[in-house]
Amino acid sequence: MVSDIISTVEFNYSGELLATGDKGGRVVIFQHEQESKNRPHLRGEYNVYSTFQSHEPEFDYLKSLEIEEKINKIRWLQQQNAAHFLLSTNDKTIKLWKISERDKRAEGYNLKDEDGRLRDPFRITSLRVPVLMPMDLMVEASPRRIFANAHTYHINSISVNSDHETYLSADDLRINLWHLEITDRSFNIVDIKPANMEELTEVITAAECHPHQCNVFVYSSSKGTIRLCDMRAGALCDRHSKFFEEPEDPSSRSFFSEIISSISDVKFSHSGRYMMTRDYLSVKVWDLNMENRPVETYQVHEYLRSKLCSLYENDCIFDKFECCWNGSDSAIMTGSYNNFFRMFDRNTRRDITLEASRESSKPRATLKPRKVSTGGKRKKDEISVDSLDFNKKILHTAWHPKDNVIAVAATNNLYIFQDKIN
Amino acid sequence: MKPIVNDTVVSPEKVEEAKLKARYPGLGAKPGGSDLLRKRLQKGPKYFDSGDYNMAKAKMKNKSLPLAPVEKTEITGGHIPTPQDLPQRKTVLASKLAG
Repeated sequence: MVSDIISTVEFNYSGELLATGDKGGRVVIFQHEQESKNRPHLRGEYNVYSTFQSHEPEFDYLKSLEIEEKINKIRWLQQQNAAHFLLSTNDKTIKLWKISERDKRAEGYNLKDEDGRLRDPFRITSLRVPVLMPMDLMVEASPRRIFANAHTYHINSISVNSDHETYLSADDLRINLWHLEITDRSFNIVDIKPANMEELTEVITAAECHPHQCNVFVYSSSKGTIRLCDMRAGALCDRHSKFFEEPEDPSSRSFFSEIISSISDVKFSHSGRYMMTRDYLSVKVWDLNMENRPVETYQVHEYLRSKLCSLYENDCIFDKFECCWNGSDSAIMTGSYNNFFRMFDRNTRRDITLEASRESSKPRATLKPRKVSTGGKRKKDEISVDSLDFNKKILHTAWHPKDNVIAVAATNNLYIFQDKIN
Repeated sequence: MKPIVNDTVVSPEKVEEAKLKARYPGLGAKPGGSDLLRKRLQKGPKYFDSGDYNMAKAKMKNKSLPLAPVEKTEITGGHIPTPQDLPQRKTVLASKLAG
């Protein structure tokens, strides 16, 4: 079903919960079960914890356009009490959801029966104190805040600030700063809309708050550039503090250069010293102190460079892949086509291609590395570029914040892979 | 004497570009230009109005249901209609003047 296509995947801060959002506006949260004492060599599994409908389709009457219910991003808040909070957003509206557990229920009310019917007050002859009794665990999701009507264009990113009070939301042309408690206004901090739309040359593709410095955020563009802004410099951060761009070789410029340089995702490292960007063919790691070029570049699927014409015709060249760091920032992961995803070890410079599909992996089996053959001769077990299924895209992946557990969304299936405990 | 080697190697991107230009000769020179971006800013089909949108959604929901059979009697065009041919009015609206 089209509405089951997973559109975002995100672990919470402890890694205990994993949230997915889909095209039908639903959020499904998985919880890590405790390791069983009988089989300590296996990590616990992730089981469904809560499911709820976050967004519904709406109609924009002014523009006569449908507002899709598809969840573009989910971001968790840091846990401060027993309940869990997350932000989920579609193209136009951001919602703060509270997910809480209920495992007790009051019994012995004076004025009503156990099934809720009101008792006849004249028949009540004595008073009793209701008692809290255990009940089957119930997980409830309730919308606590709705942040609406602040984006003319489509929201592509939300990011919770390290101050735990504010968050930013970015659309194609603007970035707004919100306070988690206040829904009726937000501050516009970046506006790149030109006075004349004919002069539009680039759009905002992703934005993120710095993990430790609550005054710093970055945003990426469709032209392959990243701007770092400091909110202490001014109320409107139209002027960047740092501008990251890799110089281009003018002789290799082609019709496709700008399109494939468009950054589809930007993520700070956990340390806050680096950031990673994903463009169509590669992943780049940038040192925040060096603006003129990335410090590391990893080729995801370079063999697609000679297929750009057909990828432009079938629109695949506009696919937006995400990328993620592992907990120690020593490895990075991103998706590709044919349900392949790639992992790069930054220290050993080793990379691996794995496949997320039912056919290629039985539960508890070890994943076999995959290889795409680029030359004429195709070795056994290799797959040729022309046999790749471009409808099987892995756009969304997530890495557990501490352990070697990864979540990979393959269209409407979610795969969770774990490292073997020796 | 060393042979003169032509050093220019055509990059795979340029080969692909030539392929694209051959298929679409009218393609503009600026690919990242405002046309492409503006198409990106407005995604999704445009509807005439909310009625059009709701009809389209209803059609999607009822795709499995067969269409209602069309009235067989021709009211117009084929013959001059008589009062018996016309569909009955379901409600009689009382005139305010009559009250």
